Amino acid sequence: MRPLTPSRVVWVCAALAGALFVMVVIALRLGAYPISARDIVMTLFDGVMGRRDRIPSDFWLVVFGLRLPRIALGILVGAALSTAGAGFQALLRNPLADPYVLGIASGAALGSMLSLMLAPQVPGATQVAAFIGAAATTAVVYFLGRRGGQLDSATLLLAGIITASFLSAAIMFLETMLSGRDQRGMAFWLLGDLTAPPSVGLRWLYLVLIVVVGCIYTTAADLNLILTGEQEARHLGVHVNRVKLVVYLGASLLTGLAVSVGGAIGYVGLLVPHVMRMLFGTDYRLLIPASALGGAIAILLADTLARTVVAPTELPVGAMTALAGAPVFIYLMRRRVR
Amino acid sequence: MSASGGGPAVASLASGRGKDDAPPRLKVEQASYAYAATGRMAPSFTLGPVSFEAQQCETVAILGPNASGKSTLLRLLSGTNRPLSGRIELDGAEISALDAKARAQRVALVQQESELLFPLRVWEYVLQGRHPYGRRLRFETEEDCLLAGNALEQVGADSLRQRWMDQLSGGEKQRVILARALAQQPALLLLDEPTQHLDIGGKVELLRRLRSLARENRYAVLIVTHELDLAAEFSDRVVLLHKGKCLCVGTPAEVYERELLEQVFEAPLEVEMRPSGRPRVMLREER
Repeated sequence: MRPLTPSRVVWVCAALAGALFVMVVIALRLGAYPISARDIVMTLFDGVMGRRDRIPSDFWLVVFGLRLPRIALGILVGAALSTAGAGFQALLRNPLADPYVLGIASGAALGSMLSLMLAPQVPGATQVAAFIGAAATTAVVYFLGRRGGQLDSATLLLAGIITASFLSAAIMFLETMLSGRDQRGMAFWLLGDLTAPPSVGLRWLYLVLIVVVGCIYTTAADLNLILTGEQEARHLGVHVNRVKLVVYLGASLLTGLAVSVGGAIGYVGLLVPHVMRMLFGTDYRLLIPASALGGAIAILLADTLARTVVAPTELPVGAMTALAGAPVFIYLMRRRVR
Repeated sequence: MSASGGGPAVASLASGRGKDDAPPRLKVEQASYAYAATGRMAPSFTLGPVSFEAQQCETVAILGPNASGKSTLLRLLSGTNRPLSGRIELDGAEISALDAKARAQRVALVQQESELLFPLRVWEYVLQGRHPYGRRLRFETEEDCLLAGNALEQVGADSLRQRWMDQLSGGEKQRVILARALAQQPALLLLDEPTQHLDIGGKVELLRRLRSLARENRYAVLIVTHELDLAAEFSDRVVLLHKGKCLCVGTPAEVYERELLEQVFEAPLEVEMRPSGRPRVMLREER
């Protein structure tokens, strides 16, 4: 009988961080310009140590100029979506909850689109608008999903699906108002796309990611009890409303962050927390950091495949995650029904 | 494992006497509550005022038919709702004024278990009872594991610790839920219809266990129930509720009067006093 210990959390996270590093090297290696894995590791090492003069200029351009920004964006989006998914699953007490399935990502996408059309020059406006869109959609789905004062699993999913389809219609309406070239770019972005560099510096986005994931993590022990039942959690001394507010705002912020830079990438927020649960158990004190790292690995894997399977053409990364995610989603749903 | 706030043990509890020896653990004074009591709407249900006391080591049954206000009283006692008037004190402190964590260290509630979203092992479930004693994020200590293990032993569920919660029988589950409440080391143990899904053997076993736990750990145990016979057999004191009113408080022998019970439960009943001093209730044959 051994409960979760801090050292186990550290070890699991270290192992996942190692796997993420390997994935980063693989992602850096693959592409039109060939670089060996050893050169990549050396370039990264010299880059981190600030010895730019020792790096060949073509390596610098390919690694730090082209491939690494996209990878950094992928890590950001994957970590944000998976943590948001784990948060929504606890908040809505539904194992099938995720930013995409519940239409929250569509809300964020609608917010981003509106801000791109109305205020394209304002830095950070896309992110803020995406957050507002995500938060508003979460609130709507939450209240539509209640039945007799209780959050009902099936009603909640239906509410999410209906909200998502309504928002998709609104997005399509906006799309028709764009010119031809913008339209194609927008359609690609909506499917999930990591090629466009964000308008805000990556370091600021990472700062937001770390602070928000940290805030959600402070509620991890309480989330474990909320999963057992809200009323029971209250009787065990959890400030349920406070925890729900933190997770609601945090998960909406993360969804907004991910969608504003990467488009609506589906299924990562749903599947990664489930895979982590199967591997490491259901304790949120481990699940949150494991999901963040696992999400980063999953997105990098999907994006690398999207770049390489039909090279030189690229698939949107969202198409790749949906291709893999939909069958697993059906499996989880059927297992739950049984 | 003994609960905090010692004091002299109370003797001769079976009769409910001897309460003058120690201050009451739980003191309910004219507590009342009303639902939907907004300015414009008439309240849909009103409870109270209710007054009674419970000593440590004592088992009190909150008895009444459906819609008599039992659950409302339980919500007040567990601090979920604050009484509209009156006071509910536990060891001198008003329950609804306590911080959620401090309250969870003193009051434990055993309810019908809600559906678990993800599978949990029995020992993980029982460890949840230690949550009120931790700071944010804190990981369980050896002491927590020991106390959770003791709680499982006390309810005779030691052998279940590695099992999954969703694979337990009704009786086993009830014992594990009780163990989690014991791991909270409360002063007041509240149980909401604990015998509902148990067969007669399970009911008797659970209530015997509760009575002995109350004495060993100096809890005040409050059981919400509508089972007349079990309340008569296992409680030291009965609080009889009917349509939101507290009709009577006393020992089972004092409360169990035929006319009163017939009026409350709307059934023809017969009450028989047994040599042990505890009443027995039967359905009366109608001619």
